[in-house]
Amino acid sequence: MSNELKLELGRRYRFSASHRLHSAHLTEEENCRVFGKCNNPYGHGHNYVLEVSLSGDVDPATGMIANLADLDAFVERRVLDDFDHKSLNEDVPAFRDKVPTTENLCIEIFKRLKSFPKAKLERIRVQETGNNSFEYAGENLEGNR
Amino acid sequence: MVLLTRKIEFAASHLYNNPNFSAEENRRIFGKCNNPHGHGHNYTLEVTVEGEPDPVTGMVLDLKELKDILEREVMRRMDHRHLNYEVAELTGQIPTCENIARVIWNLLEPKITQGHLHRVRLYESPDLFADCYRNGAPAVRKQGVAGKP
Repeated sequence: MSNELKLELGRRYRFSASHRLHSAHLTEEENCRVFGKCNNPYGHGHNYVLEVSLSGDVDPATGMIANLADLDAFVERRVLDDFDHKSLNEDVPAFRDKVPTTENLCIEIFKRLKSFPKAKLERIRVQETGNNSFEYAGENLEGNR
Repeated sequence: MVLLTRKIEFAASHLYNNPNFSAEENRRIFGKCNNPHGHGHNYTLEVTVEGEPDPVTGMVLDLKELKDILEREVMRRMDHRHLNYEVAELTGQIPTCENIARVIWNLLEPKITQGHLHRVRLYESPDLFADCYRNGAPAVRKQGVAGKP
């Protein structure tokens, strides 16, 4: 195993969105029991914090793993434009038939960001509230650190 | 194994400019970070040390000793300094979060003799940070609590 120094860049973004946790595979009673107040029919919202971690070589000419302007534009286009001030259930096609828990949100965001061309996406972390956060590193086991 | 983290804050100024680039290239690549008179940040540094607690003291290392090391190696070098002009270890490098984190790692690693340096995390702002660690290092402390929404 290599013993070299490894650098990662971490960047945080914020978006606000609403959701309702409800599964078509469960009865009304089961939905209510499993999801509690998150199942309330008109949904509710959160201020989400998205943390994106990238790794790669630090370019000696710029001192950077990736240019922040490139990363910001990519995240804006791939995630924030579609999620910020939206209903996850109604406005994001991936959640038409999938419960928009923050676990599933992590997986969806990872899929949308993993093709970032300038560096390797190590993992993402989504904070739903100050007390809940979730991490996903795809199939990249090294990213689960 | 136990991970121990100490946090310090320092304030410093910097600017991004590569003398091998034209003025236009510097402006395009580095944006407002290229402003000629520089700008500053309140940096937050988190230093994580891994080790087994000593059976007598119950400590991985004495926090006071870690505090002294951070004072000597980081605060005296970087606090209220201009990172481009006053920190010898950064000479010839663009003082990005990535490069500063690596310089701090190289300063601290040989000084920490109880336990091992596990991770250096340097925040330039709450929304931008760099992590430095050795490849293959075991799991970094996770933040927050995974649980139900």
